[in-house]
Amino acid sequence: MSSSLLARNAEDVFWLARSIERAENLARILEVNETFARDSRGVRNWLSIVQLNADMESFSAKHATPSADNVIGFYLTDVGNPTSIVAAIANARENARSLRPLLSTEMWVQLNVFHNRLKTIECDDLAPGNLSPLLTEIKEACQTFTGITEGTFYRDQAWYFYRLGQYIERADQTTRLLDTKYHLLAGGRGGAAPAEVGQWHALLRSASGYHAFRRIYSSRLTPALVAEFLLFNPSFPRSLFLCVREVENAFSELKSRYALRQGNGVAEHLDGLRAILGAVSIEEILSGGLHDFLDMLQLRLIAITRGLSEAFFGRRAAPASGQQQSQNWLTNEQLAMPLQRASGDG
Amino acid sequence: MVKLVLQGYDPKGFYCELLNSAADPRLRERLAAMPIGDLARRAGDAEEALYNLGITFTVYSDNDAIDRILPFDAIPRVLCSHEWQHIERGVVQRVTALNLLLDDLYHEQKILRDGVLPAELILGNANYRPAMQGVSVPHKAYINICGTDIVRDADGVFRVLEDNARTPSGVSYVIENRHMMLRAFPDLLEDIPLRGIDDYGLKLVEAMCDIAPVSGGEEQIVLLSPGVYNSAYFEHVFLAREMGVPLVEGRDLIVQDDRVYMRTIAGMRRIDVIYRRINDDFLDPEAFRPDSMLGVPGLMRAYLAGNVGIANAVGTGIADDKAVCAYMPRIIRYYLDEDPLLAGVETQNCRDPESLRYTLAHLDRLVIKPVGEAGGYGITIGPLASRAELDECRAKLVADPANYISQPCVSLSVAPTLIDGAVRPRHVDLRPFAVTGASTWVMPGGLTRVALREGSLIVNSSQGGGSKDTWVLE
Repeated sequence: MSSSLLARNAEDVFWLARSIERAENLARILEVNETFARDSRGVRNWLSIVQLNADMESFSAKHATPSADNVIGFYLTDVGNPTSIVAAIANARENARSLRPLLSTEMWVQLNVFHNRLKTIECDDLAPGNLSPLLTEIKEACQTFTGITEGTFYRDQAWYFYRLGQYIERADQTTRLLDTKYHLLAGGRGGAAPAEVGQWHALLRSASGYHAFRRIYSSRLTPALVAEFLLFNPSFPRSLFLCVREVENAFSELKSRYALRQGNGVAEHLDGLRAILGAVSIEEILSGGLHDFLDMLQLRLIAITRGLSEAFFGRRAAPASGQQQSQNWLTNEQLAMPLQRASGDG
Repeated sequence: MVKLVLQGYDPKGFYCELLNSAADPRLRERLAAMPIGDLARRAGDAEEALYNLGITFTVYSDNDAIDRILPFDAIPRVLCSHEWQHIERGVVQRVTALNLLLDDLYHEQKILRDGVLPAELILGNANYRPAMQGVSVPHKAYINICGTDIVRDADGVFRVLEDNARTPSGVSYVIENRHMMLRAFPDLLEDIPLRGIDDYGLKLVEAMCDIAPVSGGEEQIVLLSPGVYNSAYFEHVFLAREMGVPLVEGRDLIVQDDRVYMRTIAGMRRIDVIYRRINDDFLDPEAFRPDSMLGVPGLMRAYLAGNVGIANAVGTGIADDKAVCAYMPRIIRYYLDEDPLLAGVETQNCRDPESLRYTLAHLDRLVIKPVGEAGGYGITIGPLASRAELDECRAKLVADPANYISQPCVSLSVAPTLIDGAVRPRHVDLRPFAVTGASTWVMPGGLTRVALREGSLIVNSSQGGGSKDTWVLE
């Protein structure tokens, strides 16, 4: 009879999954930037990572320049930055602490040891040559957690909220990643300028999609094909299309298996999202402006999260007074900050 | 030359749990043959495993949260079957008498009218809950979980120091310590038949069902915790898992029409029994401390209406008051017409002028304890105290005598304990856990706490104590 999930635990497990997914993506992006993302002059653009995370304001409050050291420190070890890897894993562990009665011991131990490991990172670990192995270690620790979860987490309601969190975050990360390069796509129908090819490779590697892309488009690499792949490919595990499908599957299974009546708003947003992804071509998106399209997708994902909060997490509905207000209700920073949420009284 | 575990070990005249024990000699022989470096290495691995498993309590200081394990000493403490039977029967007797006492105090108060207990000791006590007057609980089981602190004196006699009848903690360490021993020292346990301890969660669930207002196997039980920032949070997680019930916080619960519900993703779900790990004071801001953020407004209304069971019952604090404890022999005789099976420690209630005079005159030979404190706080141990500490204690006694009791300083037994790579005698106590619903069950053994500091008599984890696995032989 103890199968009914506490609203608080549903929220915790949702954010646990998002934090792990987020840390993994961030580690991959930093690693690719460290290793591959040099432009024609051999310069790596660290600012794009700050832009991708919508952290311009908080970053510039702490650092004068987007140097490699500053950006890496900001995203890897800065506990004061809520969007850093250490903060994501600290949040994940806090969520896991609340969830301990529901998690398998193996899930908890792996995350606990991982969290303690991150606390031992020293300056020297961030030096050139050491950074890449460290980021690989972090990425693999997140993947280990995901694997242990797949292998040991009991398949009740909590599992569905885990999947919802995991795929919503992954979808969000993919839109952000693509967004960092949208300016290169302005009117870009043809092949990538030679100077930019490296950037597109890096983008695919950041999403762990380089080799999959090569298998499908072995002879071509155009910006439009990259965008199409990341948005629409039905088999690539980080494409927006696949993530949305996983969210839909998890949501409908959750609802039907447990006869849950709430969450109609979430279903509507998901229907809308699928309709958009099924109806629009990459050419239409590029001519209409990729950035605006990605922006719209991100707002939809935020709306889905908000819908879940209201329907299942016992969160109060935001005042319904226009688009502006609802955008303010959940900023990107708040989305990435389960701790701030937990300290409120909602 | 390889040094062996018991080589050169000297209990220095104290009663030693290992050397004096009539228990199975094989443990002694195995320890005697084990290199001390081997013990130390495996004990270190075990402590690291405890840390990784998160079997920890959290200490908070300036923006920092530090996880600490309860230090685990790998040399087990052994009780042979007749020693355990004696303790078990004595604990059941005490719990039975205390439950009868609570039922009487919250109903007819015969014991006060008969002059066995002074009325002002009860009615003026901060832990007495007038709200419980006239309230009956199923099976008169007020104290569903009791932890009885027992020491052993220089003659090997077990003596009860006190009963913990509010929310006693430590049981998770009993079970985790055993699991750690099984993992790290399978060779020490080989072929030695021990009483099992793994059905604690099951026994708890049975007792919770016994006190549920409804019956029939559909009871919704929850464990109510103050939350992740509570230092005993690990134990709350442990218990919820062992019982297979949701771990809730006050904010997960709501009272409507005097019924208690938890907020689930599918809406409100009715709750029948709450095993609470929150003190009375914080349970319901409407009934007790209005500033409590941990409790559930209206919970007492639901409880008094008989719509929810709460374990332990509200108001049990009066039964573990140290001044009331001094009357235990009389309480047991009054309700059960039996002599106490377990000895106590002669206790002076300083509220009594004669006792106060005696205590002040023998301060340097007595242990002085505040009556309502737990966790080893506020205790002065006369023989170990400095002049200044004795003066301070004297001033407190004179200012508020009713707040103190005094007892002779028991020469606690010791057990061999690994300290900085050497095995030394350290003082230990024992806290068996009794679970009561329709009947009382005592988990075999209990928590053996060990005072790691040389000469220290205070075993509490908050005061530098550790713990040992406790073996009860078949």
